[in-house]
Amino acid sequence: MNALQITQLKKTYSNGHVALTGIDLHVVSGDFFALLGPNGAGKSTTIGIISSLVNKTAGEIKVFDYDLASQQYEAKSCLGIVPQEINFNLFETSLDVVLNQAGYYGINRNLARQRAEKYLRQLDLWDRRNDITRNLSGGFKRRLMIARALVHEPRILILDEPTAGVDVELRRSMWDFLRQLNKDGTTIVLTTHYLEEAENLCKNIAIIDNGEIIEHSSMKDLLGKINVETFILELDEKLNHLPENDEFSLRLIDSMCIEVELEKGKNINSLFEFLSRKNIPVRSMRGKSNRLEELFIRLLKNKEKALIS
Amino acid sequence: MNIKNYSIAFNTIVIKEVTRFMRIWVQTLLPPAISMTLYFIIFGNLIGARIGKMNDFNYMEFIAPGIVMMAIINNSYGNVVSSFFGAKYQRHIEEMLVAPIPNYIILAGYITGGVTRGLAVGVIVTVIALFFTELHVYNYLIVFTVVLLTAILFSLGGLVNAIFAKKFDDIAIVPTFVLTPLIYLGGVFYSIDMLPAFWQTVSKLNPILYMVNAFRYGILGVSDIDITHAFGIILIFIAILFSYSLYLLNKGTGIKT
Repeated sequence: MNALQITQLKKTYSNGHVALTGIDLHVVSGDFFALLGPNGAGKSTTIGIISSLVNKTAGEIKVFDYDLASQQYEAKSCLGIVPQEINFNLFETSLDVVLNQAGYYGINRNLARQRAEKYLRQLDLWDRRNDITRNLSGGFKRRLMIARALVHEPRILILDEPTAGVDVELRRSMWDFLRQLNKDGTTIVLTTHYLEEAENLCKNIAIIDNGEIIEHSSMKDLLGKINVETFILELDEKLNHLPENDEFSLRLIDSMCIEVELEKGKNINSLFEFLSRKNIPVRSMRGKSNRLEELFIRLLKNKEKALIS
Repeated sequence: MNIKNYSIAFNTIVIKEVTRFMRIWVQTLLPPAISMTLYFIIFGNLIGARIGKMNDFNYMEFIAPGIVMMAIINNSYGNVVSSFFGAKYQRHIEEMLVAPIPNYIILAGYITGGVTRGLAVGVIVTVIALFFTELHVYNYLIVFTVVLLTAILFSLGGLVNAIFAKKFDDIAIVPTFVLTPLIYLGGVFYSIDMLPAFWQTVSKLNPILYMVNAFRYGILGVSDIDITHAFGIILIFIAILFSYSLYLLNKGTGIKT
């Protein structure tokens, strides 16, 4: 069963800007799904339409087979939304924010209190329950938005850049929390600018650019498409000119640093043999970026080239 | 969702609204108490003593219902306009929009919040009025009905204003340039019988005149206009504003992209 089914979704803003050209997307129940794209690609518009905060121009959205337009109460009950920007009342306490949200979903106060305690505890916010929300740190505010989105125990949770601006430690703890939530059966859709995050967490992925889906596959298949890896080599001695060769793609970043593109299947030992032969001692080596990031950039570049030609 | 779920959602909005204006009572309940006391002292005691009788009542008795009604109008309007615009501005209106609540429940919740503040201030100002004059209620049913309907009407007005408002200035323009002149020219401080025929006709285009006079009729038993006519006008305005507010919410004007 699809947790989310988007068919021919279009959005043209009143100023004529076409944000979505007619996208098709499906997320199966139980999935941990990444929706990636550069700024202005249409991710937030898509999430805005699913959240009923943006009016669509055309298309259909189904949440667990409930049509968001004609069965909005059933569809909305299945949805939990964690928006990109802070959007709770900054003059209320953390507990009230969660309790009020439960009330909007028709959950009685007793059950709402139990659920609020459960999720505030799980997200380390229970001790801050009586704090006015404007006094919370950025990380706590993000976690409060997750607790609020979970209080009605949605079947699908959509998070729009949930870890933007939070420190590494907190990001890792949020990853653990989301992984456990997914393991317990909640379908998760995530947008993020941290591609490492998507690579670590998600099973399936879609990449959106200029309002259209340019890639929609499993993370495994997508990463399998990478045929080149880039490494940065720190040198022990200064190097002014790169040695000539036909075997490797080398680029001198500065006199102490070389960038190497290594084709998939090629043995890295052959690179070091070549460098040793040329008397170029290497002090250390690191990957230039994570695999998904490289692929993401390549896909966007290919799209750009196709558009130009 | 069923009726029980909807009633929980409605109660949540109302409790949130009432908690909001009670939490900031120094900004919401105290100012009308002070300003209306000044009206009673200046217009009722000091100036009123020189004016003498109006419609066979001493001036203080005559203006008291109008001053109570003025407080109800200002506060029911002010509560909804500031709360709804605040929710838009801070974007926590989105908490309701993502939830499975029909727009008429959101509308009813905000209106009830506005009516509650209007009634609370109405009671405070009435108690203050009793320090200055005696109020013998002529018809309790009319008093209660006209207060309730007026508070509903101006809560709806506040909501429409908040929907269209894009900045804080926009929520001050209507009360300052529309509401205040209409209230002052709505027969709070005078009987329209005192005006020339032409201005009496013009005054009858002012909906607030009907509310002030219907309320005055409920308290004193006298009115410049026909009481059934007054109720008819109020109900027509409520029907128009309710339909318009619901239409705007359904369309997402000012709250959706």
